[in-house]
Amino acid sequence: MSTTSVRPTSRSASRGRDEGAPGPVRSMTMAKALNAGLRKAMEDDPTVLLAGEDIGKLGGVFRVTEGLQKDFGESRVIDTPLAESGIVGTAVGLALRGYRPVCEIQFDGFVFPAFDQIVTQVARMRWRTKGAVPMPVVIRIPFGGGIGAVEHHSESPEAYFAHTVGLKVVTCSNPVDAYWMIQQAIASDDPVIFFEPKRRYYEKAEVDTTTEPLGLHSSRVARPGRDATLIAYGPMVKTCLEAASAAADEGRELEVVDLRTLSPLDLGPVYESVRRTGHAVVVHEAPVSVGLGAEVAARITENCFYSLEAPVLRVAGADVPYPPSKAEEDYLPDLDSVLDAVDRSLAY
Amino acid sequence: MDDGRNGVPEGGLEDAVQLLTPTGERVDHPDYAFAGDDALVRDFYADMVRVRRVDAEAIALQRQGELGLWPSLLGQEAAQIGAVHAMRGQDYAFPTYREHGVTIGRGVDPLRLLAMFRGIDPGTWDIAGLGVHLYSIIIGTQGLQATGYGMGLERDGLVGSGDPERDAAVVCFFGDGATSQGDINEGLVFASSFNAPVVFFCQNNQWAISEPIERQSRAPLYRRASGFGMPGVRVDGNDALAVHAVTTAALDRARSGNGPTFIEAYTYRMGAHTTSDDPTKYRLDHELAQWRERDPISRVRAYLEATGAADEAFFAAVDEESDALATRLRRDCLSLPEPTLAETFDWVYATKSPELVEQLARHEEYVASFEEAR
Repeated sequence: MSTTSVRPTSRSASRGRDEGAPGPVRSMTMAKALNAGLRKAMEDDPTVLLAGEDIGKLGGVFRVTEGLQKDFGESRVIDTPLAESGIVGTAVGLALRGYRPVCEIQFDGFVFPAFDQIVTQVARMRWRTKGAVPMPVVIRIPFGGGIGAVEHHSESPEAYFAHTVGLKVVTCSNPVDAYWMIQQAIASDDPVIFFEPKRRYYEKAEVDTTTEPLGLHSSRVARPGRDATLIAYGPMVKTCLEAASAAADEGRELEVVDLRTLSPLDLGPVYESVRRTGHAVVVHEAPVSVGLGAEVAARITENCFYSLEAPVLRVAGADVPYPPSKAEEDYLPDLDSVLDAVDRSLAY
Repeated sequence: MDDGRNGVPEGGLEDAVQLLTPTGERVDHPDYAFAGDDALVRDFYADMVRVRRVDAEAIALQRQGELGLWPSLLGQEAAQIGAVHAMRGQDYAFPTYREHGVTIGRGVDPLRLLAMFRGIDPGTWDIAGLGVHLYSIIIGTQGLQATGYGMGLERDGLVGSGDPERDAAVVCFFGDGATSQGDINEGLVFASSFNAPVVFFCQNNQWAISEPIERQSRAPLYRRASGFGMPGVRVDGNDALAVHAVTTAALDRARSGNGPTFIEAYTYRMGAHTTSDDPTKYRLDHELAQWRERDPISRVRAYLEATGAADEAFFAAVDEESDALATRLRRDCLSLPEPTLAETFDWVYATKSPELVEQLARHEEYVASFEEAR
């Protein structure tokens, strides 16, 4: 367990530098941190290739790959035809040749044409070869809502992938993790589905590019507290941190655990926390039923049964399709709905 | 019985490149010539007889309950053996589950195929060493993987160098049913756009389980190639010489950096889809009888006999060797060591997660509890 915290930009004035300036500590957005992490991985390993739609000259619709084609060439930063199964299926072939392809799926809702290649091929190749052939493919997926988008641009499909054996699934919640985790995912000999919380792409933090990182498959206590445990990942980590700040004003200390890794789960820090607090609330944007929260709740129950003062609660999307954007504020967990769940847990 | 077929699609064998007629006569074609000698034709014959014998033995093993399933290649021997002989060691093949001629031709021990269909393992062999991928079961997925592999060859500098020992290409095998799958079509798009060194080798065996080719395509398949921006050619898939010639040309083109080719090998699935299938429910006997006259093996034998390129001793030796192989396979198949669930835990990830380690420990403890109870 680590309690490394992300330094918010507002407090970074003393050490912060201009974005893009050289040096080990730089203030950067998550999009820039991913860009810098991808660049570092490509510099370190010539077998790393990027493939996706509009990732070349345009730099991706979120500009995560900006400038990389210019510097690494069209052979390593590949603008593909508009076909997601094609992006992932060709990545399988490239991986068989010893490459480490990093696929970009433009939006969460666009991954489903590639679902077959991911589930039946990428996830199975090592198994089918009895462990002999690795499949070091990273599939980057911007996910989640809160950006006022049209249908199929605000989905949270992580549970499908976490349910698929053979895949590893991670998500970053801040620029520091974004910078390091993308490099660790690329270095992984197992395929990694890498979820990027798109509503947090342009939020800044100081990133120390020399700090020894946490392992890819480690969760992290993002804020310590003693009264209840909030468990979140990706975009909801910030929401939970804000909720914890608000609760602190009322004299409640909420611990926030950033899961970071969804498959495999690393729930050691969660168990340790829940055994102290006795109250657990899992938060995610994805629909509540059969989501990650259900798995986390089941495991907390198995491992912390005698410490629990209340049932594990879930704050998550309702079991409806992601709503039209004018209604998304009502759909998404927010500070109030998280604190409401904390109230219910503590009052149990 | 109405078999639901509205006649043969436009064009048939008359559109196909043929160099050896069903009665065993060599014929010329304006664009393609067989580059091999009679020794190669004898090899075709021996390989086709051998793989048909393996196929027959596997069907027998399935009927006796020793295999769970077997997809027969009966009737498609020339398409597969002709194509695999056109490949070089450095080339790579992506076969599907009916390509026993391809896998065996690339050096896979047929016992590995039996192990797969007996449920011993997932169908595993040395893919890199033999230059042949695992069988694709999900239809069409290999179309993209073959293209990606070809893109990798190109990035490795193994295409268009001019060195025949070095330049490599990929052969992607698939069937007529797969041409309806998105992945094959996406593979054709990607291969064309990136000029990938891939030969798309479609065995049109006329049937996708019970659905005739007319349900997959109203246009001759090879003509689809032009829409993707690559050459398409139909070859008599029961003529090993023509298949060899056409595939050799396509591979040369791919290896030299001139891009992909679509080959439609026009053939016929003489057996059932698999041992679980009953083709009498959906197709007519006369169709099978018609294709028996175009048998891929008998025409090569007729040629070898008529020209004196092989004698009775040769044919007898091939039969004897094939029978010996079948005997060996039957014996070894029955004694294949059975897997345990526990060992499959090792195949999933490079490093097992703590959760998986725990699940394995619980499983082994549970299994051991039965041993102790004995």
